[in-house]
Amino acid sequence: MNFRKYLVLAGVSVFAPVGDSLLSYGMKQVGNISLRNIPDLLLAIANPWVGLGILLLLGFFASYMTALSWADLTYVMPASSLGYVLLAFIARFALHEKVSLTRWLGIALVSSGVGFVTSGPELTGRSPQRPIVRDNAAPGHS
Amino acid sequence: MRHVISNANGWLSILAVVLFSSAGDVLLSRAMKQIGDLGQLRARRGLIFVASVILQNRYFLLGVACMGMAFYSLLFGLSWNDVSLIGPAAASLTFVANAFAARIFLHERVDRRRWTAALLVATGVVIMAL
Repeated sequence: MNFRKYLVLAGVSVFAPVGDSLLSYGMKQVGNISLRNIPDLLLAIANPWVGLGILLLLGFFASYMTALSWADLTYVMPASSLGYVLLAFIARFALHEKVSLTRWLGIALVSSGVGFVTSGPELTGRSPQRPIVRDNAAPGHS
Repeated sequence: MRHVISNANGWLSILAVVLFSSAGDVLLSRAMKQIGDLGQLRARRGLIFVASVILQNRYFLLGVACMGMAFYSLLFGLSWNDVSLIGPAAASLTFVANAFAARIFLHERVDRRRWTAALLVATGVVIMAL
């Protein structure tokens, strides 16, 4: 693991909860959308918070794909779950919500799970197939 | 009677979310392992090349389709039951299902450390939702 890889994992952890929070905040401004007015969902993107939220969720997906390109799924999933912890901190300190004792206990368990998995190697066993793209390869092989 | 139907549909949707999410994660992981380290590839061949290779990978496309099905299963579940049940139950069971799926389909070596991590995170997610 190097600094770049930790940065990618941080991206997975941060982009998802912040993006979800922005979407939630923006959709509360947009208001309820009934099944009869589904096209209004497209207009919701015009709300800056919704637009920013979608951009961050795209960042999450890019980081997640990058992490999966060099680490096991069973490493990336727990390692990137620090987002749950971050969400609780956003709720407590940015949105001034009350965070209960049981929720802090859950945060402690999630954090210890992250600590457990990140202290081990990110890649185990053999990859299912060797990478198909090499320096002289053309795009389109799958 | 409505309560029973609501509960049954809720758990059915949780099952669907877990199955589709795990299938999606496994397919996306396989696609990315097949393509190789995206950071190195981008440095050598550029972002457009990386995007085109990813978008032409059939495992990636299947994985995204599964993620879409998981999302709609979640929406279905939310229309029948509370988010406080559906959200944490689906998230925590997906952690455990992924560990099994990664071992079987991706041949990952899921040792005691990783099982412990998956179970700690899954339990933590449930407790946070209480």
